[in-house]
Amino acid sequence: MKNPNKNNPPQPFPADPSRRTLLKGAGLAGAVAVSASSAGVVVATESQSLGNNSAPALEALETLTAAEAEVLEAICDCLIPSDESGPGAKEARAAHYIDRSLASHNRDSRAHYLQSLTALNEQSQKNYGATFENVARDKQVTLIEALQNDQIPGCLPSSRGFFALVRDHTIDGTFCDPYYGGNRDFIGWDMLQYPGIRLSASETDVKQGSALSPNHQSAYDNATYTKMAANTTKGQGGSRNA
Amino acid sequence: MPRSLPETDVVIVGMGAAGGVAALPLTNAGLKVVGLEAGGWLNPRDFAPDELRNNDRNWPQTIQKAASEAPTVRANPSETAVQGGHPMMNAVGGTSMHYWAQSWRLNPWDFKVVSSTLARYGRGRIPEDSTVEDWPISYEDLEPFYDKVEYTVGVSGRAGNVQGVINSAGNIFEGQRRREYPMQPLRSSPFTDLMSSAAAKMDWHPFQGPAAITTEVYDGRPPCQYHGFCNKGGCHIQAKSSTAFSTIPKAIDTGNLDIVTFARVTEIRTDVSGKVTGVEYLKGNEIFFQPAQVVLIASYAYENVRLLLLSKSSAFPNGLANNSDQVGKHYMSHHQGSPVAALFPEDLHNWYGLPAQGVALDDWADDNFDHSGLEFIGGANLWVHTDRKPIGAAKMDTFGEAPSWGKDWKAFIARNADRSNTSYIQKTTLPYLNNYLDLDPSVKDSIGLPVTRITARYRENELRIADFAQDKMEEWYRAAGATHVLRFGLGNAMGATTHAYGGTRMGDSPDTNVADRWGFCHEAPNLGILGASLMGTSGSRNPTLTVQALAWRTAEHLVSNWRSRTA
Ligand SMILES: Cc1cc2nc3c(=O)[nH]c(=O)nc-3n(C[C@H](O)[C@H](O)[C@H](O)COP(=O)(O)OP(=O)(O)OC[C@H]3O[C@@H](n4cnc5c(N)ncnc54)[C@H](O)[C@@H]3O)c2cc1C
Repeated sequence: MKNPNKNNPPQPFPADPSRRTLLKGAGLAGAVAVSASSAGVVVATESQSLGNNSAPALEALETLTAAEAEVLEAICDCLIPSDESGPGAKEARAAHYIDRSLASHNRDSRAHYLQSLTALNEQSQKNYGATFENVARDKQVTLIEALQNDQIPGCLPSSRGFFALVRDHTIDGTFCDPYYGGNRDFIGWDMLQYPGIRLSASETDVKQGSALSPNHQSAYDNATYTKMAANTTKGQGGSRNA
Repeated sequence: MPRSLPETDVVIVGMGAAGGVAALPLTNAGLKVVGLEAGGWLNPRDFAPDELRNNDRNWPQTIQKAASEAPTVRANPSETAVQGGHPMMNAVGGTSMHYWAQSWRLNPWDFKVVSSTLARYGRGRIPEDSTVEDWPISYEDLEPFYDKVEYTVGVSGRAGNVQGVINSAGNIFEGQRRREYPMQPLRSSPFTDLMSSAAAKMDWHPFQGPAAITTEVYDGRPPCQYHGFCNKGGCHIQAKSSTAFSTIPKAIDTGNLDIVTFARVTEIRTDVSGKVTGVEYLKGNEIFFQPAQVVLIASYAYENVRLLLLSKSSAFPNGLANNSDQVGKHYMSHHQGSPVAALFPEDLHNWYGLPAQGVALDDWADDNFDHSGLEFIGGANLWVHTDRKPIGAAKMDTFGEAPSWGKDWKAFIARNADRSNTSYIQKTTLPYLNNYLDLDPSVKDSIGLPVTRITARYRENELRIADFAQDKMEEWYRAAGATHVLRFGLGNAMGATTHAYGGTRMGDSPDTNVADRWGFCHEAPNLGILGASLMGTSGSRNPTLTVQALAWRTAEHLVSNWRSRTA
């Protein structure tokens, strides 16, 4: 038996934990649809009302400018495109992930994005008379090929180097735990038929593998990892512990 | 002036895999032990099953002291060394928190590389510029301590040789052991079954590897649940037998162990006669002096060497225990690189696997096969395991079958996410002249002390093993039905590694060894060394169980020779 999701786009599934919390907290009309009993399980009514097609709510730009974010969105969309097999990096909100990560773990890459996105735009202007996100897909693809082949001047650390960086971050943003702002609606994990984090996996689970139905849970849907867990380290035997 | 604290019997610098084991026999014998640990305690909240955090961002190590003192690396003495990463953990339990937990004994041959090679193949087979020596002890000397650690820490596996009785479900090439493992091995999986039967068809001898992971309730800890986030992740249910969950709590229970966390040792002090008197450490903004009758350093190879070289005195102007210029010498970074990857036509069912759940082959390791027609000594342990995670899957090589992005790439990874596998091949690595550790002349850590500098590269013997092992690995994958096989480069410079050996080698001759056969310094008899920095050969499998067996042995030696060691 194969994963029913294999060839279908994933079901609409608002899974961003921050959004769920917000819905609960704000007592929005749809909030009744959020199941409180089991973290990570959201009943259908809310899914339908918010749906995959509605614009993703509550995305701040933490580091990128709006113009930069537009270019980045388009790059992500080229790298892992949405197609008949299902949604891609854009829908998974890889660009949102990257924007957030540039304020934290990837802050050293901030300058690389600033300089290289501008360089890509300038090349696009020069070749096609419009910014990257405004040219047709085939032209975008040609520009990314040029980026990969080290042919876009003005990138940091280099044209090829920026390609590798943005590819890496787009993958991270598509396939990471949704806690980080990407892999929205578990689009990335469903794409790979990864059935999700299971704190306990039986032999039967293993044998089913990709055919298991995906549980669509973030690691942080488990209380163990989100609140101070009972301290099981015995005694912490020391008089001078911090 | 440092604040002087009351004297204690023993100070252990570093409460990791080695220090955490040594503490138990010492405190059981009634000695008062102070454990100085640069990191703090971790708890289950630290062990999230989060691939991005653990594996891409290397959470366990990025916030650590170790990160600021990552060694610099160069292949040759003529080059300027460049700082790389540091793979180790700072925490109570040390790297046994987030290691893979493969828990191997060395092969008897590893202890006697020189004499065995001379006897079987002649002098010419030992590389000319290698400084390899036989260990001062044999496998049989260490066997009782392997056994103690396996039972106390909690190791699962299947014995291949119990008192001469061979069991082909275990490793038939292993040295004789006194009894079976305390727990059954981790379960097999569809993938390990596939690989095992392929190997068996070629008359090779596959077996499930040993792991410091519980497979039943052991010592009050539950069995492994196979969630599979061991690689650079701690275990939230304590199924991984880290010293923080096994020996350290027991040592604390004796009432004789006092652990000081966030204590960063910067110097080992000696008196004018050269006797070690204690250690200086930094905690917060304050400097303390902890006097002790005996000091044991267990801060991992790079830091063990650095602490000795930083501790200069009138008795030891070139660094502690370094009057024969042996500190930092005989260094080896285990050749763990040059893997082989394979693509299969079917799903491998590896989404819920762990790095220690796998199949090993020792047919091509050590001296388990005839090297007469070959131009190297030693060999490789071939290891395939079941760990698979989504980001890693998406970053897999496309085996020439797809571009690296776009629609076709997307289709490729969607189809093959659970169909590729990368082997882990550990190879005998020898010590050489000009492969060594010293202090970097310009790069400093966050408190202004020079970091360790690695000068080392693999030589012909290692590269020939790598090439040979890749042939065997390729054969194995193909026999199991792989459609594509990829071999990676053979290696050159030895970067900072999770398996660092030598630098304070153990041996009977004080001219070529820092430590004696018990792990105490020839030049400073109340200074003991714990860790793989003692080891004179690498073996072709992970070091930690050997490190722990040696640590236990050193601790027992100290207990029974307390008077002479502290005289
Ligand atoms: C990802 C990973 C996977 C691994 N997998 C395996 C495996 O499967 N099997 C295996 O056998 N080995 C494995 N290893 C290697 C294994 O972790 C080491 O062999 C082992 O931890 C070494 O023990 P140690 O006590 O010398 O060092 P550690 O366990 O690292 O302990 C050293 C301790 O000293 C402390 N320290 C350092 N400097 C100071 C200082 N100046 N003052 C005070 N304290 C200090 C550190 O904070 C640390 O707690 C792995 C390592 C890594 C990183």
